[in-house]
Amino acid sequence: MKKNIFYLSVLLFFTFIFTIFYLGLDKSNFYKPKEVKNKNLEEFTSTELFSNKQLSSKYIIENNNFTLINIWSSWCAPCRSEHAILMNLSKKTDLNIIGLNYKDKKNNAIKFLDELGNPYSKNLIDADGTISISLGAYGVPESFLLNNKSIVIRKYIGPLTSDNISEIIKIIQ
Amino acid sequence: MISSHIGYYSLLLGFIISVSLLFYSIFYLKKNSQKINQNIFSLLFLQFFIVVISFLSLVYSFIISDFSNETVYNNSHSTKPLFYKITGTWGNHEGSLLLWLLVLTLFIFLFIIFSKKQPVKYRLLSIFFQQIIISGFFLFLLLTSNPFNFLFPIPNEGLGLNPILQDPALAIHPPILYLGYVGSSIIFSASLASLIQNNINKLWATHIKKWIQIAWFFLTIGILLGSIWAYYELGWGGFWFWDPVENVSLMPWLCLTALFHTVIVLEKRNLLKSWTLILSIATFTFSMIGTFLVRSGILNSVHTFANDPERGVFILIFLFSLIFLSIILFFIYQVKESNTEKNFFLISKETSILINNWFMMYFLSVVLIGTTYPIFLEVITNEKISIGPPFFNKLMVPFLILFLIFMALGSNLKWIKDNYKNIKYSKIVLFFICILISFYIVKKTSSDVLFTSVLGAAALYLLFVNIREFLSKNNNISQTISHFGFSLFVLSILLNSLFSDEFSANMKLGQELVHKKEQIKFSKIKSIDKENYKSIIANFEIKDDEKNITSLYPEIRIYNQPNILTSEADIKTTIFLDKFIVINLIKGEEIFNVRYQTKPFMIWIWISVCLISIGGILGVLKKN
Repeated sequence: MKKNIFYLSVLLFFTFIFTIFYLGLDKSNFYKPKEVKNKNLEEFTSTELFSNKQLSSKYIIENNNFTLINIWSSWCAPCRSEHAILMNLSKKTDLNIIGLNYKDKKNNAIKFLDELGNPYSKNLIDADGTISISLGAYGVPESFLLNNKSIVIRKYIGPLTSDNISEIIKIIQ
Repeated sequence: MISSHIGYYSLLLGFIISVSLLFYSIFYLKKNSQKINQNIFSLLFLQFFIVVISFLSLVYSFIISDFSNETVYNNSHSTKPLFYKITGTWGNHEGSLLLWLLVLTLFIFLFIIFSKKQPVKYRLLSIFFQQIIISGFFLFLLLTSNPFNFLFPIPNEGLGLNPILQDPALAIHPPILYLGYVGSSIIFSASLASLIQNNINKLWATHIKKWIQIAWFFLTIGILLGSIWAYYELGWGGFWFWDPVENVSLMPWLCLTALFHTVIVLEKRNLLKSWTLILSIATFTFSMIGTFLVRSGILNSVHTFANDPERGVFILIFLFSLIFLSIILFFIYQVKESNTEKNFFLISKETSILINNWFMMYFLSVVLIGTTYPIFLEVITNEKISIGPPFFNKLMVPFLILFLIFMALGSNLKWIKDNYKNIKYSKIVLFFICILISFYIVKKTSSDVLFTSVLGAAALYLLFVNIREFLSKNNNISQTISHFGFSLFVLSILLNSLFSDEFSANMKLGQELVHKKEQIKFSKIKSIDKENYKSIIANFEIKDDEKNITSLYPEIRIYNQPNILTSEADIKTTIFLDKFIVINLIKGEEIFNVRYQTKPFMIWIWISVCLISIGGILGVLKKN
């Protein structure tokens, strides 16, 4: 009797695995970013790159009329070319630019900012990339323009262009 | 055109032979004959020969760029070099399955030739089970992945082979890996046959051990080649990424390594019969699970050639039919163990091999869970996650320390019963020396000093123990080489990860940057038009503090068909250090992103894996 129960449970176990794999075939294995435009951006907390303090996104966003969250990384080549534009934007306006440092090494990130300048008022660490995914990002670089209620006004996929910058300046004024 | 016909009808014929072999083997089993009928030999040879013809006709279609064949159209291009036209045959789903089938039929043919001393019924049953697998693969090819589909109208040009697959290491990686996978299928069929014949004993262990060692050797080399390819071609500067595809090749390897050790216990002591059997079944099951996970598109990777759910369903049903078949057989024909409690002593070689098995099973579970957990989670809760290197490193590395120590202590114990007194003080002293050496090396790095130095010490200890073994008179040479190789392997990876250094910047032609003690100068650039790509070759000069100059030539290739850009890293390998440089286009063809890495002991990782596998293959050549 005991033996039969054992046999049955082994067979059931493999049937279970079979079912899971079978159902898994229908699921798409591609990550589909969320549609976030005109919606609330998901809240997150993370460590600041330089001060090592825990910061919550809500606090940063609520205290400014507009916030630009820029996902970047020191290993990402287009981020380098985008950086000059961000530097320019931070000099021209008082827009609150937040960096989200995606899957990067801390030293490399700091070196990158030392070398090319720091346009960000705060820089949050997203070491494993999960925050970016929860925000609905496609990849690096990517930028979200938010108002003070955390609503996404514009989303820019890929490096920012000078046209994007003029659009941003128009909106915040 | 004609070659596709030949190929297709050969496949059909091969399937018919497979079915007739299934009937034949049962027919002769019932007849209780003393010899294997000549017909069976002829049919096995004919089957192999026919699959060779089918395979060669596909190769021929690739060589002449016959774009009326859908597989050729999808994966080749007329301007591709001849070498890659040929290797492109198995660089795609359909062709690689045909190769798999080729190796399957070759192996069963060889198995029957080299098992003449075994009982007739056992051999017939092995043919029977192997033909179930073979006919399954024939059906899979014919029904869902026919390599000989026609296209009409005939296209003028093919779509081309993915450029990252155009690499010599990758050209031989699939065939070698398949030898390993398919070798495990022979072990699967043979162990089921021997289960039914109640034939699991010392003699059988001696016979099947050779096949285990051969399969293990090819699997190890196959994984190594894949890793070498990733290092040289993918341009990330790493060799193992815990990518699902790498994991699925590691799972049968871990299982096979456990089996490799267990079968020795069976051979010497006639113990662990069921366990040997379970491992034999599991090894092949894991090979099949790997095929399923990779080919069905349930996991995403460079090996996912096409997302065709129909194929996934077929492999899944096939795979689970085999699993259920073997479980049911396992329950019906129960293995009678010799009384183990009386025969097992705490300090003996058997126990240490059992400990090895526990560790292997632990590593296997970590890899299995890490690879399949996202699938389970997604099906059950619809949540998507991805599991990366930190998971595997955190769960495996601490246990690796214990594993290394047990390996050093256990592998030279005596069979049946050994004595505490044989553990001498000198060994303990040696271990402390290892800790000191390791601490001295590790303390300057930024890693977790305590943990890393213990790991380093354990690996060093195993290294010294094996060196001492080399010097002693009656050593087991194949074991010592493999274990020595393994300690070297862990040490090289450890040193490599501790002392690797990376530098990255945007550079223009003529620019010179200083990184630590080295000067990096972007001195030249030229572009050349090749047969199927345009190549931009840059020249960097690296000057170290002793004024030695190393020239590196990283390359960017812009392929015409398909239009893909790849970065070819340039790597200068010396005995102790690899200099690795890779460039990427940023804007036009003026500014480049340069990544320069120094990676110590890279070549030792490859050498140590070669040593591990040489140890394994020596066991096959050795006379008993």
